[in-house]
Amino acid sequence: MKKLTRNIAVAMSLSLTAVSSPAMAADSSKPIVIPTHNWSSQVVMAYVIGGIFESMGNNVEYVPADTQAVYEAIRNGDVTISHEVWQSTFGASFYNAMQKGGIIDAGTHAAMTLEEMGVPQYVIDDNLCPGLPKWEALANCPEVFATADSGGKGRWLEGPQSWHGNQMPERLAGLGLDDKYMVKFAGSADALWAELESAKKDRRGVITFNWTPNFTDAEGFVFIEFPEYFDGCRVGDGGNGACGSPKGWLKKAANYKFPKTHPAAYTAFSKISFTSTDIGQMAALVDIEKMSHQDAAKKWLSAHEDVWKPFTE
Amino acid sequence: MSYLIPRSKLAQFILLVVVFLTLCFAIEPSETNVLWRFPALFAGLPGAINGFAENLMYEWFPVEVYDPDLEEYETSALVRELTRGFSRSILFCIELIRDILLGGVKTIVAFTSWDFVDEHEWAVWPALPWTVVSGASIVMGYALRGTGLALLTALATAYIAIFGQWEPAMETLSFVLIAAPVSCLLGMGLGTAAYKSVTTETILKPLLNVAQTMPHFSYLIPVMVFFGVGDHAGAIATIIFATPPMIRLTLLGLKRVPAEVVEAGSMNGCTNRQMLYKVLIPTARRDILIGTNQVIMQCLAMAVIASFIGAKGLGFNLLLALNQLRIGQALELGICIVLIAVVLDKLSLAWANRQTDYFPDESFFRRHQYRVMFLAVFGLCLLLSFLGNLVFSGGINYFYLIPHNQGITTEPFWQSGVDWMVENWYHGLQAFNNRLILDVLMPMKTAFLGMPVSATFVLIMGIGFIIGGLRSAVIVGGFLLFIAFTEWWDRALITAYMTSFAVIVSAIFGLVIGSLCAQTSLASRAILIVCDTLQTFPSFIYLIPVIMLFGVTDTSVLLAVIVYATIPAIRYTVEGLRSVPATLQDAASMSGVNRMQRWVKIEMPLAFPHIMLGLNQTVVFALFMVIIGAMIGTEDLGQYILKALSDKNGIGNGLVLGLCVAFIGLAVDHLIHTWADQKKAVLGM
Repeated sequence: MKKLTRNIAVAMSLSLTAVSSPAMAADSSKPIVIPTHNWSSQVVMAYVIGGIFESMGNNVEYVPADTQAVYEAIRNGDVTISHEVWQSTFGASFYNAMQKGGIIDAGTHAAMTLEEMGVPQYVIDDNLCPGLPKWEALANCPEVFATADSGGKGRWLEGPQSWHGNQMPERLAGLGLDDKYMVKFAGSADALWAELESAKKDRRGVITFNWTPNFTDAEGFVFIEFPEYFDGCRVGDGGNGACGSPKGWLKKAANYKFPKTHPAAYTAFSKISFTSTDIGQMAALVDIEKMSHQDAAKKWLSAHEDVWKPFTE
Repeated sequence: MSYLIPRSKLAQFILLVVVFLTLCFAIEPSETNVLWRFPALFAGLPGAINGFAENLMYEWFPVEVYDPDLEEYETSALVRELTRGFSRSILFCIELIRDILLGGVKTIVAFTSWDFVDEHEWAVWPALPWTVVSGASIVMGYALRGTGLALLTALATAYIAIFGQWEPAMETLSFVLIAAPVSCLLGMGLGTAAYKSVTTETILKPLLNVAQTMPHFSYLIPVMVFFGVGDHAGAIATIIFATPPMIRLTLLGLKRVPAEVVEAGSMNGCTNRQMLYKVLIPTARRDILIGTNQVIMQCLAMAVIASFIGAKGLGFNLLLALNQLRIGQALELGICIVLIAVVLDKLSLAWANRQTDYFPDESFFRRHQYRVMFLAVFGLCLLLSFLGNLVFSGGINYFYLIPHNQGITTEPFWQSGVDWMVENWYHGLQAFNNRLILDVLMPMKTAFLGMPVSATFVLIMGIGFIIGGLRSAVIVGGFLLFIAFTEWWDRALITAYMTSFAVIVSAIFGLVIGSLCAQTSLASRAILIVCDTLQTFPSFIYLIPVIMLFGVTDTSVLLAVIVYATIPAIRYTVEGLRSVPATLQDAASMSGVNRMQRWVKIEMPLAFPHIMLGLNQTVVFALFMVIIGAMIGTEDLGQYILKALSDKNGIGNGLVLGLCVAFIGLAVDHLIHTWADQKKAVLGM
């Protein structure tokens, strides 16, 4: 059986090479599959990176994918790369897939990310809770952040439980705030934005999980200053959880075959390193100037050749 | 033993409630008390399923596969190569249609190679201008049904094009045009097989039950692992979801074919084949057509969820718009989805219902009028889009394609509407929200979570016994036992609490609105159209406005669920009340009943079995939407299903959680069906 399949495969490959005969070490003309998720900066960056690959003569294809499930897809080779792997939200999925094999770490962006609990700028401006953004101030004003279902306590609106498990409830306990605050897990990023938007309308106090760079940076979002993170402070690592989030990385991931099939494109991809400013610009073109994602990417590429050209050399 | 059980159903029920409450108070809540919570005997099940799937996918029956890019052999698994081959063929079909509608190179690549396309600039399939596609579909509508359908098609295509949604709409259409026919054919094939062999039917029945009650999110990961991500995966998930109703309705239709018709067929010497195609299927046409309608509705209802695993088009853009909180844009996209569903549905119905004229004696032109018309419109529209090149400046030819950002949009209107709502209603609604959460929802949730597992079993199995005897009790108990043995019993209780609340409210709304609308035939027809529209309208859109008004709370989830779950309650109430025979109405009028008496004494009792089936649908809809409501933020099974997308044991967790939801639905389904059947028998229906 093995021999037969091998023979068929050889015959097929011979007929293939007869038609196309690709030159050695050049990139395959097969398309590089780039995933698009449901937030602006990621989609624009997908088209930007696609544009960079196309400028090098590669074919590119875009496919919508779920943010968590995409790592399984990369591992299986259905998607070639992922260009925004956020440490605290997708780190778990990324390393789970890596453990099973098939996905490689293709370097880190220059942008440092922060994923942390925080409040909209107006909470500080209106002095709703004097002393913020220092975390100690929270103890004095849980009622500002209370909601109908929080049982009189202040509410922290955390992202879905799949992002960081029980870190936030553990942090509350570690900081001794758990008698004044509770954690509510939102089901999706959309829920966080809708809550922020609704709260903005009558400038009421709200503590949500958020990250930077993000489109909320434009309107102002202040992260709460927790005790500094150190190795081993989280409950999972043996600590009591009483620390903030570390500055996080923003990684790139690729299927393990990508360096072999598209050596030039992979080299460029591993060099790609966007800063927070770059990412902010990309997001702003869509979120603020209301351009379509493709147009935004084209505009960004033509305006910032000095940034991306060096990656391709 | 039997003398312990009272005769009358009411007494039985009272006894049951007493026993249930006694148990609730008597059993100590503690982790070690088996009567309080069963041990999680099935905790290893997800892992086992996962291990099995991964073994099948990556290890079992290794084959050597040549990778022409790496120029080396790789070890792969047989199943994986087979499923990927299947994916490729589905993808090819989708891309062929997409290339015809939107242009591209994929089909050419399939026959040559990427290198060939890169080297030859001309090797690109040009897109059809939107004017041509819509002109052609208008002619199709006219040919099949006349002016009305042509007008509907024209309005729908014009809306899609003018609002700048042509490209995503055609992307969605291209995968629906594959998923829908495949589902129909597969459904008819399996339905016929089940009709011919009892064994097939017995095997299919439970599978269908589970497939129709399992939330879609739970099989996304398995589909993705087995078939990859992309439009094909979206299409396959859609087919899994859309085929069961087709199988059911085909089987139902074939079973309803009168014996006389079959005998007449046999007397005329039909072969098996002729019997099927010339006698059975044409006679069962009505039910099969309802099946087709269901398939099309289901396919478009899946458009958003399919985009989680790679389907391009309206669904993906809708999720993107929601993430930017652009509700107006999401609404426009949602309307596009509904329009495609309506047009496809009407076209397919008209096609299936078209009459053959057996005595045509017509001129050449009469015989071929539609073909001629088609060609003429095709040519005219093509010409028009060429002329567009000259008319419009600025590089955009509006007769060829109206780009996404050039179309008109009503977004500012909707956006300001939502803003206005939040600004003016938020505070007023907060009081209501607080009361509801503190006085109703929290106590209800605590009560559900405070039920000892043994008491729950007594209650549910007792209801099963009262309704359908020992058999029902065992069936319902079996469903519950599965859930009780997983580690998610508490989660299931929360799902049950949310579903119960939503179903009670939806049923009340449904009964009231349905009864009111059923009074006149005009209102009935209008409300049924509204129901059809809302059923295809992507329910994701409700999520954002409810969060803005009620925050990330259970109220928001329940509100979204109620909006969606009221649809079947209304539909079945209207249908049930409208189908009360006119003779009975006349008899009642002669006895001099007033309007209220007629409703209470005549219409409701007769329509009740049908309305109960509507309630059954309400439960299924509510369960589905509670799971989608997890995107707002819940602590129930749905949250865990979403979480399974990133779990290491994603396949197993997703499937087992999905089964838990399905079994809740099936237990209720069993009770309602048994009860409705008995009632129908009593009423002689």
